[in-house]
Amino acid sequence: MRAALFITCFNDTLFPNVGIATTRLLERLGLTVEFPETQTCCGQMHYNTGYQRETIPLVRHFVEVFDTAEVIVAPSASCVGMVRDLYPRAAKLSGDGALVEAVERLTPRVYELSELLVNRLGLTDVGAYYPHRVTYHPTCHSLRVLHVGDAPLRLLRGVKGIDLVELPGAAECCGFGGTFAIKNADTSLAMLSDKMRCVLDTGAEVLCAADTSCLMHIGGGLHRQRAGVATVHLAEILAATESEAE
Amino acid sequence: MMASKALPLFPEAAKTALSNTQLRRNLSKATTTIRAKRAAVVGELPDWEDLRTAGSAIKARVMRHLDEYLLQLESAVERAGGQVHWARDAAEANRVIIAIIQAANADRVVKVKSLTTDEIRLNGALARAGIRAIETDLAELIIQLAGETSSHILVPAIHKNRSEIRDLFRRTIARGEELSDDPSQLAAAARAYLREQFLSAQVAVSGANFAIAETGTTCVVESEGNGRMCLSLPHTLLTVMGIEKILPTFRDLAVFLQLLPRSSTGERMNPYTSLWTGVTPGDGPQAFHLVLLDNGRTNVLADEVGRQTLHCIRCSACLNTCPVYARTGGHAYGSVYPGPIGAILTPQLLGVKQAKTLPYASTLCGACYEVCPVKINIPEVLLHLRGEVTQQTPPLNPEALAMRELARIFVSPERYERAQRLARRGQRFFMHGGVIDHLPGIFSGWTTTRDLTPVPKQSFRDWWRARQKGRQS
Repeated sequence: MRAALFITCFNDTLFPNVGIATTRLLERLGLTVEFPETQTCCGQMHYNTGYQRETIPLVRHFVEVFDTAEVIVAPSASCVGMVRDLYPRAAKLSGDGALVEAVERLTPRVYELSELLVNRLGLTDVGAYYPHRVTYHPTCHSLRVLHVGDAPLRLLRGVKGIDLVELPGAAECCGFGGTFAIKNADTSLAMLSDKMRCVLDTGAEVLCAADTSCLMHIGGGLHRQRAGVATVHLAEILAATESEAE
Repeated sequence: MMASKALPLFPEAAKTALSNTQLRRNLSKATTTIRAKRAAVVGELPDWEDLRTAGSAIKARVMRHLDEYLLQLESAVERAGGQVHWARDAAEANRVIIAIIQAANADRVVKVKSLTTDEIRLNGALARAGIRAIETDLAELIIQLAGETSSHILVPAIHKNRSEIRDLFRRTIARGEELSDDPSQLAAAARAYLREQFLSAQVAVSGANFAIAETGTTCVVESEGNGRMCLSLPHTLLTVMGIEKILPTFRDLAVFLQLLPRSSTGERMNPYTSLWTGVTPGDGPQAFHLVLLDNGRTNVLADEVGRQTLHCIRCSACLNTCPVYARTGGHAYGSVYPGPIGAILTPQLLGVKQAKTLPYASTLCGACYEVCPVKINIPEVLLHLRGEVTQQTPPLNPEALAMRELARIFVSPERYERAQRLARRGQRFFMHGGVIDHLPGIFSGWTTTRDLTPVPKQSFRDWWRARQKGRQS
């Protein structure tokens, strides 16, 4: 299978290790990874902040970049949610019938990483080794937009050496919400502090999620408090192997 | 329209609410309890999703043919001996209601809990006309005695705990009697006060949960039985109802009487379901007036995306499940309709200019949509309204300028990569100990409490290119 990596601008710029881990993991599983280098940003921040007309050129650009891909995979639930859930609406807003059709052709081929592995490839054991106490935060977009269900947890349960502990109140939002964290900083912080308390209650040394944006939010709070909990993307855990372990 | 004045800004109102630790405690406890109750009774029904689909479909049909159903309702109510009044807005509704009460020679009315009468600020209008309104729902009574406004659709006094209520009753209705904070003692004090009101009132005012177009039957569901007292004892009954509350046939009630109590109070069935059709000689009120209120609803109906907001049955499941509401409480929303449903309904009723921060009072986490018994896609409507807000924002607004510039950068791979390099160079001004710990202006909201990951030396695309190059050589 040829998998075109939709890295997302966020990971590309801030968390390149997540992209490197995704590439290594998929190649280890026998997939051919491609990286269309002209990709930029999916426009999620624009669309969600209300700049929906400004998103249309970005939708058009994305469709051009990924048009010929066999499958498109991204290590980000919220960016995949943007493409699958909101691109059809943005295309409709453009009034361009050709774009609407192009988006329709594209969206069924776009997968979040755990969806591709579990639902499309039928894998739950990817041969990973990660000897740490980990708790998993299912992000809002993975749960309620993509409906990935327990796919990420099934992958984590398949990891050798992992001590996976349940996160209390896991399904509740961490308070990030993109520009919400800026526009409603006080409310965002109130939500974040409850989420951090739940994370700390687990005694985990690593907090895992399928979205670096939520991880950056929770991790930014944990780091400021010197809480001693690392935030690690699902792809990084799944890419880790016994031979690489220190 | 509810009011022409702009509402207070949500982020500022929320900030005040968030600093009230007692409020935070009360809200967290109440919403956690009711969420669990709802989840348990919804989980019992194997056909819950089918019920939601049916509820949504019935409401969509009502909206499609609202004009016909309204006329059908009017003639059915009049056939059954009731009178129907049409009110374009709050002022018109209040005028109609006051005229009816004055014609009945009453200077006092008992009220069934009703959001619609709160929306039109009926109690204030009555007071100005010399008519005293007595709220009979226990929680409504509490906030009326406290001189406050509701902070929850279903549990208006959710922000108060029992010791706060004890203190309030001591000051008001307990007449010097000793009172503990035991809920049964508090209820007894309210009961003694309300009984007198029920037995002496000549006119009652209610809202309606549903009205059946086919039969002209009106329906109120409640938990306390105080509503039933109002609906059955006084001579004259006045019901104020938003035009969207119609159901086509009596059969449709079967769907909603399952959806509503499980979603709102977490009960299989609500304790009191009152249904009445016009007037029945010798039994119950002998005069019945139904006031059908528009107050901005036809504008909502005209909006293809926003229209689904009118499906709402005011169950409040979205409030209880919302992580924002659970922390800020209802007053921060500045409207009779708080929480996620308020964040989409209020801007549509008032116009987005009047409530431009409400569509942003959500992380778009989707929890509200998941629990909505009539499947209102609240995140979709929030986004739609955010789109309207930005369309009305002056083009030289700093956020709009920044967003347009970013869109221009993102659409070009060259400009995008240049921006990446620029961010890497520029960030050193804000870095301390390997992280970005202070940012200026609006971004300071992030760094007052969170560190920010710096842009690393190598982007993913740099790594990819280096690897491709290494493979080729």
